[in-house]
Amino acid sequence: MTVRRHKKTRMIFTHCFMVILCAIVTYPVLWWVFATFKDNSELTAPSLLPRQWILDNYVLGWNALPKFSFSHFFVNSFMVVGTIVVLAVLVCSFVAFGFARVRFPLRKMWFAILLTTLMLPSQIIIVPQYIMYNSLGWVDTYLPFIVPHLLACGNGSAFFIYMLIQFIRGIPRELDESAKMDGCTLFGIYARIIIPLTSSALISVAIFAFMWNWDDFFLQTLYLNSLTKFTVGLALKFFIDGESAAPWGQLLAMSLVSVFPGIIIFFLAQKYFVEGITTGALKG
Amino acid sequence: MRNGSLRKKTKWEWSGYIFILPWLCGFFLLTLFPMLRSLYYSFTNYNLMDSPHWAGLDNYIKIFTNDSTFRQSLTITLRFVAFAVPVKLVSALLVAMLLKKNVRGISVYRTLLYLPTLIGSSVASAILWRHIWGASGLINQFLNLFGVAGKSWISTPGTALMTLIVQGIWQFGSSMVIFLSALKQVPEDLYEASEIDGASKIRQFFAITLPMISPIIQFNLILQMIGAFQMFTQALIITKGGPVHMTFVYSLYLYETAFTRFNLGYASALAWILLMLITLITVAIFAISRRVVFYETEVEA
Repeated sequence: MTVRRHKKTRMIFTHCFMVILCAIVTYPVLWWVFATFKDNSELTAPSLLPRQWILDNYVLGWNALPKFSFSHFFVNSFMVVGTIVVLAVLVCSFVAFGFARVRFPLRKMWFAILLTTLMLPSQIIIVPQYIMYNSLGWVDTYLPFIVPHLLACGNGSAFFIYMLIQFIRGIPRELDESAKMDGCTLFGIYARIIIPLTSSALISVAIFAFMWNWDDFFLQTLYLNSLTKFTVGLALKFFIDGESAAPWGQLLAMSLVSVFPGIIIFFLAQKYFVEGITTGALKG
Repeated sequence: MRNGSLRKKTKWEWSGYIFILPWLCGFFLLTLFPMLRSLYYSFTNYNLMDSPHWAGLDNYIKIFTNDSTFRQSLTITLRFVAFAVPVKLVSALLVAMLLKKNVRGISVYRTLLYLPTLIGSSVASAILWRHIWGASGLINQFLNLFGVAGKSWISTPGTALMTLIVQGIWQFGSSMVIFLSALKQVPEDLYEASEIDGASKIRQFFAITLPMISPIIQFNLILQMIGAFQMFTQALIITKGGPVHMTFVYSLYLYETAFTRFNLGYASALAWILLMLITLITVAIFAISRRVVFYETEVEA
């Protein structure tokens, strides 16, 4: 009896703690959402809800920058990141299949190198890469974002390959063996057996690739300098630098819109996401 | 797995190279080659206009003996890493421990706590943060309720770095999710057995939980540490490296040296010092964990 009561009190304590923690952690986000509907004069007031709900911040913010509206920057971002996502899924799964299923000479050495690149800080290659892309005339184009993903060396690639290798190793080898007996080539095994069976891992690769590259501000500020080619992140930076008295309401509204795609994708595919996060980290 | 009777002779399949070819090209062209180039540049003076000319150890000597910005940015970055990473990991582990017991509504809690991570290190979250800690931001509105007069946390030298650290900790969600699944994989019978032996909860934590998830802690620690060393967007947008260079983190210094002053040789030397430092810390973590980390089974490479 006392044990059960003890358990119950502990449960209540846990819930209380979690609710308070969640409230503290999410409050800034909640405040952010409501702030975008407030008048600028109201932003400094302590209340959470707006006294008067207005949409001005969105309407004005969307067209606040000269020449281009935010639609333009969103199209740019989606174009770049969409290409990256497709490439990341295709190329990384192809490479991961090689590592996980084909016994080629020096495989262990290359795998060790792959793991090392996982930990390599990008700062070390940024200067020579910039010089290289500059001499190729790629600065202010989207090629510095796309080409690395074509060669499985983009932002996150090593992690995706590693995660997919772990995932593919979990698929019974008997499937390959029997397909091989039926005369299936290695490529056939990859395309017809492994790809369909790894779909949930591929979805998490796609989500990660989307979020990390959407957020990869360092490369964007480095390589893009004409307004036509700006991504959403760069447009926001331009917005905040633009005027001395930045219209905070509009700024917050546009910032909020810029994180929508990631949040929507997360909620649509939450199941795969948690699965993906943990496969990579746990089975190592 | 070298079992002689089962597999008489390893039959190599060279076709594997076709599959890893994209990565192999990428590794040589976009990783190894640039790394070696940057090592070479670090011994030169190079400004993109003229070709690089050899300067020997000049860059390194200058960095270590006559560069107060280097010392300051390194100190600040180390301070950021030393505060943000352990606090983030410890709180992630504690919350994961609480959620482990299949608390009802766990998925709601998990999602809410993951929200800050979702917003990520984006420009948007930096803008939000800049407003929250500003002179009339959320923090001060809250303090005003208690009659405490706030200040502009971001433009006060003593507190600017703290705002960045707090944001780092705020995003503890991804570590928490990883810890949570690691905790769920610890076999329940270990706890049951120790309970029969009369072990206390605290003893259980140190004798069972911690050893069982130590590889995951190590993994998280290394990745978070490397990530923290490279913090860039936050420092650029929230504090712009200021006030008086109090948040001028290493990657900001490197970026400015390379791409606003076009001191590419000097920047490469800075990058190599960062790499050496991160490698050193990683090796140290591995060395310590060789004694501490517990591997249940050997992992097939």
